[in-house]
Amino acid sequence: MRIFRMLGRSIRDAFKSVIRNFSLSLASISCITITLIIVAIAIMASFNVQNFTQEIERDLTIVIFLNNDVTEEDINNVENEIRQIPNVDKSSIRFESKQDVKEEMQKESEVFNTVLDEWDDSESPLKDTFQVKVKNVNQISNTANRIEKITKVNAVRYGEGMVDKMISAFSSVEKVTYGVVIALVIVTVFLIINTIKLTISARRREIGIMRLVGASNFTIKTPFIVEGMILGLLGSIIPVIFTTYGYLAFYNHFDGYLFTQLIQLIKPEPFIYSTAGIVVIIGILVGMVGSAGAVRKYLKI
Amino acid sequence: MDLIRLKNVEKKYKNGVTAIYDLNLAIEKGSFTFVIGGSGSGKSTLIKMLYREEKPTKGQIIVGGLDVAKLRNTKVYKLRRKLGIVFQDYRLLPKLTVYENVAFAMEVIGATKEVTRKNVLRALEEVGLKNKVHNYPDQLSGGEQQRVAIARAIVNNPKLLLCDEPTGNLDPERSMEIMKVLDNINKTRGTTIIMATHDKEIVNTMKKQVVTLKDGHLVNFKKKGTYVDENI
Repeated sequence: MRIFRMLGRSIRDAFKSVIRNFSLSLASISCITITLIIVAIAIMASFNVQNFTQEIERDLTIVIFLNNDVTEEDINNVENEIRQIPNVDKSSIRFESKQDVKEEMQKESEVFNTVLDEWDDSESPLKDTFQVKVKNVNQISNTANRIEKITKVNAVRYGEGMVDKMISAFSSVEKVTYGVVIALVIVTVFLIINTIKLTISARRREIGIMRLVGASNFTIKTPFIVEGMILGLLGSIIPVIFTTYGYLAFYNHFDGYLFTQLIQLIKPEPFIYSTAGIVVIIGILVGMVGSAGAVRKYLKI
Repeated sequence: MDLIRLKNVEKKYKNGVTAIYDLNLAIEKGSFTFVIGGSGSGKSTLIKMLYREEKPTKGQIIVGGLDVAKLRNTKVYKLRRKLGIVFQDYRLLPKLTVYENVAFAMEVIGATKEVTRKNVLRALEEVGLKNKVHNYPDQLSGGEQQRVAIARAIVNNPKLLLCDEPTGNLDPERSMEIMKVLDNINKTRGTTIIMATHDKEIVNTMKKQVVTLKDGHLVNFKKKGTYVDENI
């Protein structure tokens, strides 16, 4: 019972203080708002980048073309050697003989059908192939080089070039956004520390008397921490609206794809709700950490 | 039984000044004690150590069973709840009414509204300010403000009331009023009172036990003592 009375008092005091120091509170709230909007953009961007790089990585396949003259035995040898490369995802190894390739291509188009029919096996340009996937995409070129050195392997192809560049570009974008988010959060924490410090300094006399008449440290600190949480909560209102409606509009405007079919956006539901939740939690935490820091520094209790 | 016991207490401030040298003292429950001495004698330091505003550099201080010197910062409130403190400068909150100022001491330790109301009104009656509950501190005279501060100090029923020069800002007439209030509290509630003062008149009229300090040394501890100049 006692604890609830104290909490009620803390919350009442915190609201009073937010309203009494309204201009100062507004400064903190707007700073939190701006930070959280950028944080929200960064979160949505990095989740999308992650989503789409994973999508591409999942599809990334090394195709291994074997020499024309391979025998059954050679094919087995090549497969065994591929298996021994650690980065190769063993379950993904798939063999396609000339015949399979031919049938597949014939099914695809009428033109191929007639052209391919005129070649017999010995003069066919088609080759027996292996298709493998790798565990770690970053080392795909190393793995491809190793496979190329296996005897009887004619050529190795993977989506080198464009895909590589895209993944590295997006991953650096991701790193930069993380950096920006962390910097902004730190700046906001400092701003809140200063805001709360000012309200504490306005109430120093009161705090001194509280300590004299036997208020516990918990009682003294809690109103300020609650105040920080309220500032964080108020600061996250606009970012939450921005996140939910902004992303929905963005998604609908681009029809779910960015620039090409390759880059698929994450579906808005439930993505926007979880992002909004994260934004609110970050807002409250930033407010809490800021005010806790201010109280500790200022009261030395 | 002793409410307060000091054993070999020494206080040296960080700037090198020693305020109290090797002080041994025991103060009985329910007693009324004056601590007298000139400025720089260590009266205020002694009072401050009793409510743990200052820590002794050496020795042991026991107040109501609590070892004050060893009390951790986060546990100081346990000591403060056992005692009330009155200062020379009243230390009231200007934006709160008389009632709210006194109730503040109960609210922050989590008392219910009913208990708060009952205790606050009783304390204000004891100091004779029941007709001024809705006034603000700046509408009261100095003596009345000090009586509000006393009401705030006793509202939680402390065993000990510490007063640091409570009459320092008041004329002799108002000072005697304050002393009557304190004496009454001592008699009716049985609250132990320790009061630092340098007011000769008061000490000689009240005839209580007197602790005399000079340059940080205890020079005299007398029952029914008086303020003797050559001791200081």
